Amino acid sequence: MLRQIEGSRAVAQAVALCRPEVVCAYPISPQTHIIEALGALVKAGDLSPCEFINVESEFAAMSVAIGASAAGARSFTATSSQGLLFMMEAVYNAGGLGLPIVMTLANRAIGAPINIWNDHSDAMAVRDAGWVQLFAETNQEAVDLHIQAFRLAEELSLPVMVCMDGFILTHASERVDLPTQEQVDAYLPPFEPRQLLDPDEPVSIGAMVGPEAFEEVRFIAHTRHQQGLVRIGELAGEFAEAFGRVSGGLVHQYRSADADTVVVALGSVLGTIKDLVDSLREQGMRIGVLGITSFRPFPIDAVRAALANTRRVVVVEKAFSVGFGGVLSTDVAMALTGMTVPVATVVAGLGGRPITKASLRTVFECADRGELERLTFLDLNRDLVEGELERMARTRRSGPSAENILRDLGTVASGIG
Amino acid sequence: MVFEVRIHGRGGQGVVTAAELLAVAAFEEGRWAQAFPSFGSERTGAPVVSYCRLDEREIRTREPVVTPDALIVLDPTLMHQVDLFSGLSREGFVLINTTRTFGDLGIGTLFEQFRRDRLLTVPASEMAQRHTGRPLPNAVLLGGFAALTAEVSIGAVAQAIKDRFGTEGSVAEHNVAAAGEAYAYVRHEMSGHQWELMLNAPAD
Repeated sequence: MLRQIEGSRAVAQAVALCRPEVVCAYPISPQTHIIEALGALVKAGDLSPCEFINVESEFAAMSVAIGASAAGARSFTATSSQGLLFMMEAVYNAGGLGLPIVMTLANRAIGAPINIWNDHSDAMAVRDAGWVQLFAETNQEAVDLHIQAFRLAEELSLPVMVCMDGFILTHASERVDLPTQEQVDAYLPPFEPRQLLDPDEPVSIGAMVGPEAFEEVRFIAHTRHQQGLVRIGELAGEFAEAFGRVSGGLVHQYRSADADTVVVALGSVLGTIKDLVDSLREQGMRIGVLGITSFRPFPIDAVRAALANTRRVVVVEKAFSVGFGGVLSTDVAMALTGMTVPVATVVAGLGGRPITKASLRTVFECADRGELERLTFLDLNRDLVEGELERMARTRRSGPSAENILRDLGTVASGIG
Repeated sequence: MVFEVRIHGRGGQGVVTAAELLAVAAFEEGRWAQAFPSFGSERTGAPVVSYCRLDEREIRTREPVVTPDALIVLDPTLMHQVDLFSGLSREGFVLINTTRTFGDLGIGTLFEQFRRDRLLTVPASEMAQRHTGRPLPNAVLLGGFAALTAEVSIGAVAQAIKDRFGTEGSVAEHNVAAAGEAYAYVRHEMSGHQWELMLNAPAD
């Protein structure tokens, strides 16, 4: 049914349609309406049987999800930014144990400095935890990815994180087609665990593994991710057949077949980029887009194939590795090993800075002329940066940079945008 | 063509809800809509901005609205705090919740920059107070917006209010009545402007 609905609430509806048996979460900031709406559904008896467990921290949220999943319950939680970091140890455990938990990550920046806005720093921080990480471009895709996520997680016995841009998607009201219970039931069979804590057939889960077998256990996890690369595409195909729309899969290509420049990105910024690409195409620029939906497992072959005929690649990413540069860019460059295609990184949208078409246009035009540097910070306020660098050079006790920069900037009003 | 709206107000006035209601109203009429807040720590009384885009096709862009076609201002005291009219096109619409005139607000010069017949004030808080017992101007202003821009019908605005506040109880009903009054008020004001424009028009 078509609805005009906020992203978080649409995702809550989608998760409810997947019949989770345990929803556990830390209900305080950073959290979204997803958990609030699911809590209301459970309380009203509209999502049943399901136990909603309020816990005292994100660490407990993931720990409860691990226990519930190991006991054979379809388990869901959601978090964001600092909350994800606080559950970090348990996130690795869920990945290492191969428990098919589904978690929504409403992508937000990580402090310090304190910041509540959107970027992808949180997702990148858990990139290597063994979870499948799928990025939604729109709220429709966020809904659809959750339905696919439960199926994928349970088939592979791997946890799946559905990443959707905090605020930009979670707080946006847009048109979403919510499937029926019958459609979801037909697509998503009941959970059949690969490993189960069952008093009738006791097993232990979570053994200590020494140097003699640790690498082998990790190799198995990697193998399952490789199987995931095949299944993600197949499940997206089955989804398209059953639900009548294309969502998920490994990558999305847009006007890239004959492009000299291909822009690669994750998440909702792809919409802005596509609009700009249409406009640049009208001016004759041969530019296209490659959206990465599956960040982990990383579709190295699909990315290589998609970029095989292009002259240059520009990766726009909402995160960066301090002291190095792009994170997604590194993976893209690895996919292009042996090819002579230059990969430039554009770091954009950090801490919620709006990514505008006007600023991207300047960068893409620069790329089209072959003049884009290896690493660019979009809309960087150079005066502000240089002022602080000079202060640091001038005075030993120059003080905290964040506070200095804010003081230089003056009172921050409710800036538009 | 996409029609972009920026809504300014203060935390607690329903700025975000106004954008969502407008999006639902457009959706009711078969259009695509995208509503989202400016993202900040939300506190009662702090300046808040929300955005709404309306289009005949899917809206993909995620950037904030920087060149609005219409502005809705829930609290005119923001005038001295925020650059309200930033990016507004010359053909843009402005609807301000106030009992005062543009001259009284100290923004009479706007008439030189924008089309006189597209700048209007409406005493939305007073209308809301009268109809609902609370001075929340958001839903009321959407009635005025429907009259001023014709981007959505007053029927769709009423439906969006009912969808949001439910059919039980009187909240929806009273807000619909208040939005209806604002619609009629703005229509009346606009017809006044049209007479004024005709009278002042140079003779052919």
